[in-house]
Amino acid sequence: MTDKDQNRDEITLKGIPASPGIAIGPAYVFHKDGPVVLERSINEQDVEQELKKLTSALAHAGKELEKIVEFAEKQLGSRQAKIFEAQLMILDDSVLFDSIRKRVRKELKNVEFIVREEIGKYHTLMQASKDEYTRERANDVEDVQNRILRNLQEQRLVSKIEGSHIIVSKNLAAADALVLSRNDVLGYVTEIGGATSHMVLLARALNIPAIVGLHNISTMIHKDDVIVFDGYNGTLVINPSAETRKKFEEKREEHREFEGHLTALRDLPAETLDGHRVQLSANVELEEELGFVKRQGADGIGLYRSETLLLGKEVFPAEEEQFKHYKNIAEGAFPKHVIIRTFDIGGDKLMAQAVKENNPFLGWRGIRVMLDMPNIFLHQLRAILRASAKKNISIMFPMVSHLKEVRKAKELLEVAKSQLAERKIPFDPDIQVGIMIEVPAAAVIADDLAREVSFLSIGTNDLIQYLLAVDRGNEIVSDLFQEFHPAVIRFLRRIIERGKSENVWVGMCGEMAGDPLATMLLLGLGLDEFSVVPHVLPEIKKIIRSVHYSEAKHLAEKVLTMETEDEIESYMKEVMKLKFPDIPLE
Amino acid sequence: MIEQEVTIKNRAGMHTRPAAALVKTAAKFKAEFFIEKDGLEINGKSIIGVMTLAAEQGSKLLLRFDGEDEEAAKKEIVGLIDRGFDE
Repeated sequence: MTDKDQNRDEITLKGIPASPGIAIGPAYVFHKDGPVVLERSINEQDVEQELKKLTSALAHAGKELEKIVEFAEKQLGSRQAKIFEAQLMILDDSVLFDSIRKRVRKELKNVEFIVREEIGKYHTLMQASKDEYTRERANDVEDVQNRILRNLQEQRLVSKIEGSHIIVSKNLAAADALVLSRNDVLGYVTEIGGATSHMVLLARALNIPAIVGLHNISTMIHKDDVIVFDGYNGTLVINPSAETRKKFEEKREEHREFEGHLTALRDLPAETLDGHRVQLSANVELEEELGFVKRQGADGIGLYRSETLLLGKEVFPAEEEQFKHYKNIAEGAFPKHVIIRTFDIGGDKLMAQAVKENNPFLGWRGIRVMLDMPNIFLHQLRAILRASAKKNISIMFPMVSHLKEVRKAKELLEVAKSQLAERKIPFDPDIQVGIMIEVPAAAVIADDLAREVSFLSIGTNDLIQYLLAVDRGNEIVSDLFQEFHPAVIRFLRRIIERGKSENVWVGMCGEMAGDPLATMLLLGLGLDEFSVVPHVLPEIKKIIRSVHYSEAKHLAEKVLTMETEDEIESYMKEVMKLKFPDIPLE
Repeated sequence: MIEQEVTIKNRAGMHTRPAAALVKTAAKFKAEFFIEKDGLEINGKSIIGVMTLAAEQGSKLLLRFDGEDEEAAKKEIVGLIDRGFDE
């Protein structure tokens, strides 16, 4: 090591990929700690001056927020701008500010200190709430508090940054992400935040790469440290070597070139060179993703996870509330089609706290739960039916393992239909019904099940886990979770063939559908529909459009004769490297 | 001073918009208006306070009105909550 300062070791970290793209550049560490506030006594004659400061700080903060809302409306539309509504209302809270003024007069303390104490009191209470919605609002309260304090200290909003930077921060409020985006922002990196936070949705809407969930990153990085990151897979490197940097630059180039083709690709069908057309759809959790999904050129929504509606709730939402959500999704996607999966709860998903089970993955989940609660199920079925009036919705039942479950669910659907017909409420009487194939038993009786429905959608995550008896969350055995296990491939062929022999289409909405390495194989096995996470959609479309169906079928035949996962995977990699040297494979 | 217990009826609970409607209605009256939930009392004319309540569906609130128009205030606010904030 010749020069320690210039040649610091590179550090590779892994976060949660949140918004796609490659970012390379100097870091700007954005501190969200809030202004430093000290307790100070003031003289009686300075009270009015102190209170004037508050009035003017509130006016400034109000102007800042109005500008943010205006900018958000321009960039993202008025619905997204609504997330700043609560902050504007707090600035108008005369009870709050009157009590702050009263305390300044009475206690003769500096106004910043009192502001911090008074608003901080509410912030602490909200943070401690067991209601998720209220905990989220705590962030708004903190943001507005810091906005007022900063204006009291007459500091300008840090919104101007010279040059291009990757913004690194502990936590980034949506307002910050938005304001900072007026600069040349190369990417966002945060410690806190899930892949569906407001900040992430904004980053995607603004086409800026982002990674979240990188613990301690803001203390590991100093201003102007060079970092590179990959918003597709969540890898971030601090102080990259010349070699690493070059690798990321190449990848960025590839993606830029690729983005260039994207506009053209968006409106083109997912069709092979020899004219075999498949459906390429997106998996969606939130209404807010619809814009992004459209820009990615999806044929529709292959999986809408309705259980997202249950997040943070202790009771099932009423029919009316559900109807509004489904209607928004259906209208947002129109004229494209949406497959709404009925509540898939249990296992690792939601409401697990309600029932204690020794082995939840083999327990009360998916359709089993809903069939045991027919009234709640009817609420959901009616809500979905009511949203189907424009005929662009299908219904899908999860975790089916018995034929009678499908029959029972269909019976309930008929009950829901006749209830609506009685009330003269419009719906699509021919709404298509499908099921997920994610239990090995369902795969074995796929033909019997197929006779009851219009489509099958393979959920690979659970199917592989049940088929190989591997919990992929269990680190000791998780390397045995292999999507290219010969048993998995043969099983997939069986499901697809059985479905087709009964004239129903067969799709896949599990992770495997979005793995570029598996695309040719799945195509060759005859899969009719791929439903994938939105950000990989263009890549999958590119692969489909660059191959012949005949060669994909040939490849699948060959893979079906192979005996080990290693053999299959290395063969797939070899083919991909040869055909698509520019597509990065994990 | 008069008191009245109410139950939050609307599914979404007292989120931002119902909270704003409540505060706006309370502001029309001279009477002081306090809300108590699980031992926490807040001023019902303060949006930040009402947001803090985290009043989800089914939660019980004790409303307290004090002032010359307390009866009218009670009638209108209880009505608003019972109607599920007209959501």
